[in-house]
Amino acid sequence: MLTKQEKIFQTISHIVLAILAINALLPMILLFMSSITDDNVLIKEGYKFFPKKFSMYAYEYVFKTGPAVPRAYLISIILTSLGVVLSLIVTTPMAYALSKKYVLGHGFLNFYVFFTMLFNGGLVPTYMNYTNVIGVKNTFFGLLLPGLVTNGMYIMLMKSYFITSIPDEIMEAARIDGASEFKVFRTIAIPLAKPIITTIGLFAGIAYWNDWQNGYVYLTKRDDLYSIQNLLNRMVQNIQFLSANSQNVANADIGLASIPTVSIRMSMAVLGILPMLIAYPFAQKAFVKGITLGGVKG
Amino acid sequence: MASTIQAGPYSDKKGKLGKRFVKSIPFYIMALPAVIYLFINNYMPLPGLILAFKNFNAKKGIYGSDWAGFKNFKYLFATGEAFVITRNTILYNLAFIVINTVLAIIVAILLSEMRSKFKNVYQSLILLPYMISMVIVSYLVFAFLSTENGFLNNTVLKSLGKEPIAWYSEKKYWPFILVLVSCWKVIGYNCIIYLSTILGIDRTFYEAAAIDGAGKMKQIFKITLPLLKPTIIMMTLLAIGRIFYSDFGLFYQVPQNQGALFPVTNTIDTYVYRGLIQNGKPALSAAAGLYQSFVGFILILTANLIVRRIDADSALF
Repeated sequence: MLTKQEKIFQTISHIVLAILAINALLPMILLFMSSITDDNVLIKEGYKFFPKKFSMYAYEYVFKTGPAVPRAYLISIILTSLGVVLSLIVTTPMAYALSKKYVLGHGFLNFYVFFTMLFNGGLVPTYMNYTNVIGVKNTFFGLLLPGLVTNGMYIMLMKSYFITSIPDEIMEAARIDGASEFKVFRTIAIPLAKPIITTIGLFAGIAYWNDWQNGYVYLTKRDDLYSIQNLLNRMVQNIQFLSANSQNVANADIGLASIPTVSIRMSMAVLGILPMLIAYPFAQKAFVKGITLGGVKG
Repeated sequence: MASTIQAGPYSDKKGKLGKRFVKSIPFYIMALPAVIYLFINNYMPLPGLILAFKNFNAKKGIYGSDWAGFKNFKYLFATGEAFVITRNTILYNLAFIVINTVLAIIVAILLSEMRSKFKNVYQSLILLPYMISMVIVSYLVFAFLSTENGFLNNTVLKSLGKEPIAWYSEKKYWPFILVLVSCWKVIGYNCIIYLSTILGIDRTFYEAAAIDGAGKMKQIFKITLPLLKPTIIMMTLLAIGRIFYSDFGLFYQVPQNQGALFPVTNTIDTYVYRGLIQNGKPALSAAAGLYQSFVGFILILTANLIVRRIDADSALF
């Protein structure tokens, strides 16, 4: 039974939250509607929520122009899956080792990770290092390695989960039975740490899928290695380029008229969001739970 | 750092050094991949910071280039570039901290009080923008703001009988646009952290308050907000510690790198990027980057020191 005041409060809450929820969705609806609008209608009337004439031509065009889009998709998928696996392989054992204060040099190791959260060289030295010393420029590793594999936050978040939720006593019995530390880690710690592993995997997956900066910075000559985000990024620039030079280009190239220049951007962006939207209902719960588990402190 | 309630055999530091070392070896092996990665990604670049003090010559490389002393820094500050990028970075971050925190707390409180199945739907939808890459966000913004085809110019302004606006060359609108976009993107994430704190509050507090006749508003102001305080302090501290850093994607992608907007969209991060990749001035970029890292480092230490004075449990370290 609700009091009158409670009822008013609930109603206002519904209104405020509904407005925010709709706001979150609106731009994506506009994007989607624009992507299935006829290009001529778009040029005349602009991007609209309720277009007059629908057309799937932009999607057809995107897939007919050649292998660029399917390839970028494939690269994004490979990059994200490899990235998540690599990230977990690197992060989990480190977090576990840090959760054991018994380890000689624990303080140093902890500081080694923590310092990376306080101070970093920034883009220029990092770029110079990856380009000149490690040599990842214009290779797939340029997408995979810089910045995304692990970071202080992932490690600290996982460490605090190991410390607070998986006490060392649980492992002692296995040690007495003669299990090696690696076996204890694999058979006891990892299964118990599934919630936090899922969360960090998700964080890493989102970071890899959404990353455009690595490709932008490190793939200067290999646009065949572009992920879907890089392709999208490139398309912004190319269409800008086309419209900036439209007087001389448009007349010279008759084929240009058949490019659905206005809707094509939007259909590409829809393709970029789509996998995220499909994964979201499954991922969201674990994501929210994970943030809650790790707490703010990490 | 959180202390374990029951210290396990491997949670404390007892034992002889030699024995501890031998028993630590498996853990060193486990730590190795991350140690190597952090070394490559975070430590190896650090000596490269001396580039900030050099006249960069691509042929001679970072270490071979001639020393320039503080020339790069002098240039940065004398031209006023440092002032503009610092001002933009800090003012935007302050706006984000205040607006996003207040809104995230309001949303978290509303969600926590919600007695309906819709609660999860609302939360999911509000969190959704956090999952979207900045490149795609720039497309979303473009759908609204495009001068020729945008929703605002073609539908909203037209129906109001107003002239279209060239959004991507009018800098006066961008502070609002960027704050709005940031808000749209991060509120769902920020509110989860506050929400989890609120859900951890003992419900009997509210029941007791209700029996004593405290209304909803009074409960929020007398119970929820005071108990949220440590979380708010912590989150604000973290944000202040990062006030010298900006979301590169937000300031680079969303304004589509338009030169006319630089006075209000150029932050330290975009400046560093443009100097390195587009303008071929890596030494100047490195100087701006070092300035950012150095001030950022001091800020995070100071912020933490202050918080430790107020509430030791909320401190980062």
